[in-house]
Amino acid sequence: MSYSTKVIDHYENPRNVGSFGKDEEGIATGMVGAPACGDVMKLQLKVGKDGVIEDAKFKTYGCGSAIASSSLVTEWVKGKTLDEALAIKNTQIAAELALPPVKIHCSILAEDAIKAAVADYRRKREEC
Amino acid sequence: MDFNQDCFALFGLPRRQELDTLRLEALYRDLQARVHPDKHAHLSPAEQRQAMQWATRVNEAYLTLKDPLRRARYLLELAGHDVRLETNTAMPAAFLMAQMELREAVAAAKAGRDIDALDALQRRLEKEIRAEHASLQAALEGGDPARAGELVRQLMFQEKLLHEIGDALEVLET
Repeated sequence: MSYSTKVIDHYENPRNVGSFGKDEEGIATGMVGAPACGDVMKLQLKVGKDGVIEDAKFKTYGCGSAIASSSLVTEWVKGKTLDEALAIKNTQIAAELALPPVKIHCSILAEDAIKAAVADYRRKREEC
Repeated sequence: MDFNQDCFALFGLPRRQELDTLRLEALYRDLQARVHPDKHAHLSPAEQRQAMQWATRVNEAYLTLKDPLRRARYLLELAGHDVRLETNTAMPAAFLMAQMELREAVAAAKAGRDIDALDALQRRLEKEIRAEHASLQAALEGGDPARAGELVRQLMFQEKLLHEIGDALEVLET
């Protein structure tokens, strides 16, 4: 199977790989996994006091498409509010990366990672 | 033979997770000998084509039943339970965290060409997988498809990682 040039670019030069420090403020973490291929994805958002996503980091164990999907998402969510980030759909990710049908689940994984991270942020806020 | 038979019926085996693999092998060899295309060289092209389809069907059925995880997925499918491997991404957080840590450990051991560490990870994972297959069989036989589905999804991650470790060890040991 051949990857699109955008997938290869994100795969070879992944944006925002890593994790935030444990003590940093406003960090939300979304962990998701795709049973079909055994991929695991962690997406972290750094949310400012105004509710805008200042920064994002990811760590993904999976195929090129899963890495590219999460790398792309970390670029897209920056500067967005949580609700704007939640509006990102897997179809947009798949279209941007020209993912073939068998790799659509990678984009679903990235969309679900955003949802999981936002849910984590809101849960932590309620606890405070 | 009937093309609409399920994989268990094809081999005359009961539809359950517990399976005598030696018996499956023997039944497979019998069936395969009967449908092997070479046996039908004297037949018409249409009959040969059908024999070929049969050989393929028997192979597929054998592969589906031989592997315990595939067999469990197939049993759930036969019973009408969708395991949602493509869309169910909400695995238990503790499980995903442990998977992430395991993958980090495997990546570090691969990078450091640390065969002992990979061996230890392989043993640990094999032990976990064995225990989960026992639970999976119990869930399937005990009529708990929801729990069985959960275990199938978890095992998909664990078996994939086990393959990766096996591949890495093969590369390092040669």
